[in-house]
Amino acid sequence: MTENGIPGYRAVAWNEPLIFQLGRKGRRGSTILAAEDQIKVESGDVRSRIPEAMRRKESANLPELSEPEVVRHFIRLSQQNFGVDSGVMIGHGTCTMKYNPKINETLARSPRLTRIHPLQDTSTVQGILEIMYRLAKLLCTLSGMDEFSLQPRGGAHAVLTNARIIRAYHKLNGELEQRNEIVTTVLSHPCNGGSPAVAGFKVITLYPDPETGTPNVETLKAAVSKHTAGMTITDPYDTGIFDPCIDEYIKIIHEAGGLVAVDQANANSLLGRLRIGDVGADLCHFNLHKSFSAPHGSHGPGSAPVGVKKHLVGFLPVPTLEFDGSKYYLDYDRPHSIGKVSGFHGVIPAVLKAYAWIMAMGEEGLRETSEVAVINNNYLIEKLRKVRGVTLPWNKNHPRRLQEARFSLQQMMEETGVGIDDVNRRMVDFGIQKCFTSHEPWIVPEPFTPEPPESTPKEDLDRFSDVLRQISREAYTNPEIVKKAPHNCTISRMDLSSPRDPKKWALTWRAYLSKNK
Amino acid sequence: MTVHRYIPNSDPQMKRELLDEIGVEDPQELFAAIPERIRFRGQLDVPLGMSELGVRRLVEGLLSKNVDPDGMLSFLGAGCWPHYVPAVCDEISSRSEFLTAYTGDAYSDLGRYQALFEFQSMIGELVAMDAVTVPTYDWATASGDAVRMAAIATGRREILVARSTSSDKLSVMRTYCGRLAEITPVDYDRQSGQLSLEDLRRKMSPNTAAVYIENPTYFGFIETQGERIGEIVHGNGSLLIVGVEPLSLGLLTPPGEYGADIVCGEGQPLGLHMSFGGTSLGFIACQDKESLLSATGHRLVTITTTERRGEWGFTYVLPERSMYAAREKAPSITGTGVALCAITAAVYMSLLGPNGIREIAETIMQRSHYAMKRLSEIRGIKAPLFNSTHFEEFTVNFGRKTIRNINQVLLRHGIQGGLDLSREFPELGNTALYCVTEIHTQKDIDRLAAVLKEAVR
Repeated sequence: MTENGIPGYRAVAWNEPLIFQLGRKGRRGSTILAAEDQIKVESGDVRSRIPEAMRRKESANLPELSEPEVVRHFIRLSQQNFGVDSGVMIGHGTCTMKYNPKINETLARSPRLTRIHPLQDTSTVQGILEIMYRLAKLLCTLSGMDEFSLQPRGGAHAVLTNARIIRAYHKLNGELEQRNEIVTTVLSHPCNGGSPAVAGFKVITLYPDPETGTPNVETLKAAVSKHTAGMTITDPYDTGIFDPCIDEYIKIIHEAGGLVAVDQANANSLLGRLRIGDVGADLCHFNLHKSFSAPHGSHGPGSAPVGVKKHLVGFLPVPTLEFDGSKYYLDYDRPHSIGKVSGFHGVIPAVLKAYAWIMAMGEEGLRETSEVAVINNNYLIEKLRKVRGVTLPWNKNHPRRLQEARFSLQQMMEETGVGIDDVNRRMVDFGIQKCFTSHEPWIVPEPFTPEPPESTPKEDLDRFSDVLRQISREAYTNPEIVKKAPHNCTISRMDLSSPRDPKKWALTWRAYLSKNK
Repeated sequence: MTVHRYIPNSDPQMKRELLDEIGVEDPQELFAAIPERIRFRGQLDVPLGMSELGVRRLVEGLLSKNVDPDGMLSFLGAGCWPHYVPAVCDEISSRSEFLTAYTGDAYSDLGRYQALFEFQSMIGELVAMDAVTVPTYDWATASGDAVRMAAIATGRREILVARSTSSDKLSVMRTYCGRLAEITPVDYDRQSGQLSLEDLRRKMSPNTAAVYIENPTYFGFIETQGERIGEIVHGNGSLLIVGVEPLSLGLLTPPGEYGADIVCGEGQPLGLHMSFGGTSLGFIACQDKESLLSATGHRLVTITTTERRGEWGFTYVLPERSMYAAREKAPSITGTGVALCAITAAVYMSLLGPNGIREIAETIMQRSHYAMKRLSEIRGIKAPLFNSTHFEEFTVNFGRKTIRNINQVLLRHGIQGGLDLSREFPELGNTALYCVTEIHTQKDIDRLAAVLKEAVR
């Protein structure tokens, strides 16, 4: 089945029950290796040693299934999920949904990684420490920073880490009470405002100039004062626009006595072309699950190492990883450290995968990555700008974009009543992943933000734009098709009212049962 | 320029075609937005790209510098525990539909939503709570989120934390609290290790947002005063937060039954490898109250219905709370979490079922009790240090011998000893934290005892 040259699609729909509705009493999916007889004899009746009040009276109401039933259930669920390997996945802008090399998965499943403990004597884990050390050095060369910490586990966590470092820096200088404000920009990722607030800062948000799509130097100057602790900013933005004043911002913040942390989640277009450390940033972070090919895992685990310049190295989370010329070791004796930001050393499998990816690419491959990612994006822009109802805000000043672009369906909405939520549901009918719209607030109305990383073949770019053109055609001729979508998906349109009603929402099966007696 | 295997459009002719469509001669024109003055023109310190075989040899070569885990017997726990991971868990967590997906709606990603709802539901059964969030990075960060939640929900500014909590966790709680709340330790009884109710009462004030205890504690024993602590805490209008290790709940009373308002814990024992501490999962459960749920930024998957009868749909509750929407007004950080770990944990809990989790908890307890008995027979060793009932971890005191020394001797025999607690708890002297699970055989434990007997001589 094809429609206007687009291959037909029908999603797998198993109508798979909840696991609690499967199986039957008495079945089991695992056999626990019993303790040896002597252990049983000598340890005695351990249950009776648990004080009465702390002894569980009723078994946990977990499902009862055999192993084949458990496997079938979760395989069916996986078949109703859509990843990079499933098909066209370039809708998720700012996520850099690039190919995740299989070899890296194989390597990360080595028992020499999976079975080692984070507190083992360091003499027994020199291999993984060396991989971590090497990755940190590679991130230094890519960013122009002096040291990296691999402990932060996601972008928002990295910005929290950076905000804590900014606090610690001003505290040591005796200026923390005075410097309690962080400046950010509204088109920066939300964590650039949110994480500093969690760290205890007041946040000032700059809005873009309607003409240029970026704030300007004057707006920043007006926001800076003796209360400024620093700035947290994403560059390039999710609009694909590079903020050309970044070096001037850094200068202004420095002159005011603050520090600048740059969110490099969108670094895929900068690899080998710009090093934010050279531009003057004091802190930054990369997302290994974005630019560096570690998989997204259905929303984590990710990994977001934080990089700093020399003057902030002393504040990095403990332990730091050091090399004395012959062995790698962990240093906990860091009097100015902000302490721990998570339990152990970070998402180490992602660290290994990012290291393997960089080594596979090499310097030339890294530059090729950013070049092709940007070519892909601008090719897609040319295709999409011809689709009826689609506009590219700030087009006049920024006809070209870097890694991604934020489009608007406002015109389509006005002319047909079909907006991005409808279009997103309809896209899935064609077997392509929906688009990321925009973080809040929607500066661009009816936004959508595709990002076609370097691993996207031209065929996918064409298919994506063919589908959007088809949906646009439908919106202008038969909008009901789009509004009533999805039609070919695993499920039909959902009731979205219950998530707003505490009497109806159910975060667990037990809550569902008690609310629907 | 070579054509790169991961970059389909890297062949020069293909690139030319795309550039022609865009209407530019040189790809450099596309980077015009980056001012010349700040562009990087140097050489990166990155070697030439490698073939897959080359990468494999390189990384395997590096990993081979780690000691082969088959040749090493380890008794480390302390927040990351050695357990058996069933093959089914690896099978499902390797499914590329889960591994390589991110954040579609249930229309394209029903599988992820349903698996997360099932995860939330099974955790809810273990801890006896109706509300469970999509999990966060690990137990430490979950405890940080839990204390933030309590401070926001109560409007109070002090959190009392059992001093038997690991110093790393306290550090993360402080990282997470910012200026929102102060963390104040509450002492434990030197004999039993149980929370000192006297110190608790002394430190409670109208400013106390919550009291955080763990069960089993960091020292490995069961805190038996849960109900009593709950009464004291609630009498003060404060919240009770309980941190748990989930497998212990096969045998222990769930915290929802002794008054917990918020529960958090580490899901790594639920079918996740240790991976140098890299694949952890911090779960958070609470009572199904809007005041608590709006005090967390974490995603909350709810079940819902669709237009077709008999279909389940799933979506997020109160999405405007999350940092994605609320930015600096969000109650806590929201970001890429640990969904793949949650899916894997759901598989593990499904395999265990109600009988499996009781049996695994029992076999762990039998083995650790056997180990305590063997070690306590050795002169110069006290195991455990506290006279309470232990689950899978326990303290071992070596009198005048330092843990550093003991562990060096053990290492020479291919054994990784317990965690040295002298940095975190100097008052315990030369004490280490040992962990024994279902993977430790009688032979393993007897071997440990034999080497320790020599080591303490």
